Amino acid sequence: MIRIVNLEKAFGDNRVLRGISATVGRGEVVVLIGASGSGKSTLLRCVNLLEEPDSGEIWIDGVEVTARGVEKHLVRRETGMVFQQFNLFPHKRVIDNITLAPIRVRGLTHKDAEKIAMELLSKVGLADRARAWPHQLSGGQQQRVAIARALAMQPKVMLFDEVTSALDPGMTGEVLGVMKELAADGMTMIVVTHEMAFAREAGNKIIFMHDGVIVEEGPPSELLVNPQHEATKDFLSKVL
Amino acid sequence: MSLLIRLNEFINFELIIRSLPKLLDGAKISLLISLCSVVLGVTLGIVVATGRLSKFWLSRGIASLYVAFVRGTPMIVQIFIIHYGLAELGLRLPAFASGIAALSFNSAAYMGEVFRGGIQSIDIGQTQAGLSVGLTPFQVFRYIVFPQAFRRVIPSMGNEMVTLTKDSSLVNFIAIAELTYRATLIASRTYEYFTMYIGIALVYFAITFVLSQLLSWLERRMGPYDTNSEPGKSLRR
Repeated sequence: MIRIVNLEKAFGDNRVLRGISATVGRGEVVVLIGASGSGKSTLLRCVNLLEEPDSGEIWIDGVEVTARGVEKHLVRRETGMVFQQFNLFPHKRVIDNITLAPIRVRGLTHKDAEKIAMELLSKVGLADRARAWPHQLSGGQQQRVAIARALAMQPKVMLFDEVTSALDPGMTGEVLGVMKELAADGMTMIVVTHEMAFAREAGNKIIFMHDGVIVEEGPPSELLVNPQHEATKDFLSKVL
Repeated sequence: MSLLIRLNEFINFELIIRSLPKLLDGAKISLLISLCSVVLGVTLGIVVATGRLSKFWLSRGIASLYVAFVRGTPMIVQIFIIHYGLAELGLRLPAFASGIAALSFNSAAYMGEVFRGGIQSIDIGQTQAGLSVGLTPFQVFRYIVFPQAFRRVIPSMGNEMVTLTKDSSLVNFIAIAELTYRATLIASRTYEYFTMYIGIALVYFAITFVLSQLLSWLERRMGPYDTNSEPGKSLRR
């Protein structure tokens, strides 16, 4: 489904990604863990080309999205992303946040787009807040709307970038709950998170990153229980 | 009562009433020039702002130079360049068109800076979120960044509009029969300078006052969403 080959990315002298190769199978939930600055968010943002890699390849569904001449916005239609800071559009009501892209990008009618939006809002438990403004919602509710907004484009893969880091503990659960349901529905997901319980429960594979390289990867039952490398052990001893 | 009698010595009310039709005609022209220039100024201002924020160095350079030139030269000189200067080069515009062109070009520079500030104040996360759902960069600007920036700059844009309306009086120097021009004409004939200029000062004030009220109404209606206000409803301040 997704294949990343020898990806490199530097910001000035800072080499954030130093030769990353990884694969994500269809319906797989891959959890990226690692300390701040290990490059996991940058890797995630390379997948939907919010960051342009310096070299290497990313293939999504048999298409090389890093190839020259690829229209970035066409790639991004297929890759939903949810951000740490929610980034809902504050000047649009909840429902219009969700229908904007289906209408403007997919060319759906308002009626069809709203039908899809309402289904997604029900799915994330917020059907009654469709007409609300983002600032009237709690953080957890905003994040669930953001998930619905990304899903509305029916992406092939969902990217989650520390989506619970800005939330109170109480609200973290409701967002993780939605993500677990999504995983159970068979959505392909790449999740950057510090929530080890989520990684253990919902992840098919955990990738541990350190200083811009993948140090170790494996199923949660192995990597979390029996880490092989010092850096992994060190990191896990701090977060578990 | 005694004050009114004293005022009567300085202000010729009878003359004002007699000149009213002419002054109102002039006010109409002033309003028309201001309105056209505001609309063109805002439109061109958005172009200037996008130029200033462009990733192409040439557009950035041209837009910056333009803003620097307009800000660094007197408006009256700009008006003369467009009306008399361009005529020498073969572009002979009617005074009315020259006036609107000069005011619009001038205003565009200031409006451009206002919009640039507004656009830059919108969080980068908004752009990223827009891009991430597959919108093109232009669609992100059109549907996400610009609407939010516009709401934020309504107060400073309003200031610019009021300034422009007042500055429209400068076009009297290229013989457009607007409010100030007519007042000067009547005053020089009757020697009632105080009366005429106080009179049109009040007319300008009335226009800008109404404009200010309209703008604060707009601001209340469309105020920023990043406060705890209920969008679409009045803010209680």
